[in-house]
Amino acid sequence: MPGAIYAEGLVKTFGDVRALGGVDLDVPEGTVLGLLGPNGAGKTTVVRVLTTLLRPDSGRAVVAGIDVLKDPDAVRRSIGLSGQFAAVDEYLTGRENLQMVGQLYQMSSRDAKKRAGDLLERFNLADAADRTAKTYSGGMRRRLDLAAALVVSPPVMFMDEPTTGLDPRNRQQLWEVIQDLVAGGTTLLLTTQYLEEADHLAHDICVIDHGKVIARGTSDQLKARTGGERVEVVVHQPDQIGPARSVLASYGKGEISVAEHTRKLTVPVTGGAKLLAEVIRDLDTHGVEIDDIGLRRPTLDDVFISLTGHAAELGRNGEDASTEAAEGRKEDGQ
Amino acid sequence: MSAVTDAANPGPLKTRGAISRSVADSLVITRRNLIRMSRIPEMLLFGIIQPVMFVVLFTYVFGGSISIGGSTDPQLYKEFLMAGIFAQTVTFATAGAGAGIADDMHKGLIDRFRSLPMARGAVLTGRTLADLVQTALTLVVLAGVALIVGWRTHENIGKVLCGFLLLLLLGYAFSWIGALIGLSVRTPEAATSGGLIWLFPLTFISNAFVPVTGMPTFLQHVAEWNPFSATVAGARELFGNTMPGMPKSVTGAWPMEHPVWASIIWSILIILVFRTLAVRKYRQAAA
Repeated sequence: MPGAIYAEGLVKTFGDVRALGGVDLDVPEGTVLGLLGPNGAGKTTVVRVLTTLLRPDSGRAVVAGIDVLKDPDAVRRSIGLSGQFAAVDEYLTGRENLQMVGQLYQMSSRDAKKRAGDLLERFNLADAADRTAKTYSGGMRRRLDLAAALVVSPPVMFMDEPTTGLDPRNRQQLWEVIQDLVAGGTTLLLTTQYLEEADHLAHDICVIDHGKVIARGTSDQLKARTGGERVEVVVHQPDQIGPARSVLASYGKGEISVAEHTRKLTVPVTGGAKLLAEVIRDLDTHGVEIDDIGLRRPTLDDVFISLTGHAAELGRNGEDASTEAAEGRKEDGQ
Repeated sequence: MSAVTDAANPGPLKTRGAISRSVADSLVITRRNLIRMSRIPEMLLFGIIQPVMFVVLFTYVFGGSISIGGSTDPQLYKEFLMAGIFAQTVTFATAGAGAGIADDMHKGLIDRFRSLPMARGAVLTGRTLADLVQTALTLVVLAGVALIVGWRTHENIGKVLCGFLLLLLLGYAFSWIGALIGLSVRTPEAATSGGLIWLFPLTFISNAFVPVTGMPTFLQHVAEWNPFSATVAGARELFGNTMPGMPKSVTGAWPMEHPVWASIIWSILIILVFRTLAVRKYRQAAA
């Protein structure tokens, strides 16, 4: 049985740019899928197709059990969308914004008013409820935007880069809200360029690049694909690289890589912290003075680089923004 | 911030009839836009100052030089002029609607609205209705200024009010042109200039500011078939501001012989065409 969000062979072309080249997704009910990729990878396009904003050239999508292409209006009743830009009316107060959205979800004016009050309370916006959204900080706007997406407690939520541009404290707060939501049974599709965010929030991760899913699995599975743990040593003097290398050679399970200018040696190992202690003792015995040593597990950054051959950050500088441009979205929207 | 989802789910959403849903949603959006306007009063103010300046400038600068039915009496020109200025003012609603909708696109609000289970035309209808309210307010102030500088009507109050309704209908029709422009351009700035540029030839190649008698024959035809001229002539007729000794039409164009009806027909035609195009565009809008 397909999950709460299901897509099969989604293709979308904008002019010459193939934004989606056959994307398949399956998100079981009550779980979080992290859609990870650089700008222009097609993340936003996937979200726009699944939320009825954009018709794909071909493919099939089912959200909350409803065919997106056949009955978009029924899908809209079952979803909440929180976009890249905090899409709130800045000349309306927080309360007016939420009330308006409630009424447009076809709630009665009284129900919409009550729901707005509850949400403002829960999102720590009660004090600012009757100020125009123009006066809100970036974090407050995001919270208001998210509250607007939750007006009818939809079973399926889409969040397109919910924390882009937020400071660490606000990001942490938003993560807590998202975790609460999921604990309450909501199915969530979340796009992000922050590997840390996907690692933190998502049960499953889809890595997407150039409109194609290039890897999927849990965070641990993806990391395992990239390789296991490594010991990293930074020696104090360049002339100690040689002795350090011969020490590491007896522990390593693979080739030792050396970065001369940073005096850093890296070697794949197995054995964890216990092994690390032995390495430190052995280096000391051989008179190798070290500045830093550590056991490193692969991050999703490593995963991303090994999968795509380029870092996730690349796209952020606009090197890969062709799709975004074709969709006419503006990076500096807010 | 716990327990976000345990709040009462509103239960099965009401399924209303398509028409009542459309009306209700449009009114929600109208209210939203009126609240916005009340929070940006300077927009309304500038929207009023500009036509007021036109009234004063045209009255005193051109007043003594333009021959109306063979006379350069400034009083005659005032009465000739006002329907033209009023009509030009209502067409500026185009820019307001266009800029408002382009701004909503730009800020991602159109995406939000399109992801909600609301009537498809409501965002645009709500905007054009709010602009209609603004246009009506502007007209009230403008009529007051016109009376102060010496404009007089010569028909009963009912007919005069019908004249204003005719103008508002044209303004409403033009705001749908603005809605289409707003959905078609990328920025609010482009929507403002795109909404205004073509209004200048449209309003000047008409009977609004000078009698068409002085124009080359080709332009006379254009001017007398111009939908804008029909409304100006219609309002003039309902205000009792038609000039003795001036023929209704120079070229014999049907709209000039029956300006009130022509104006109503033109406006309804514009609404039908541009509402259809704009709603279609909205459904496919790629922000």
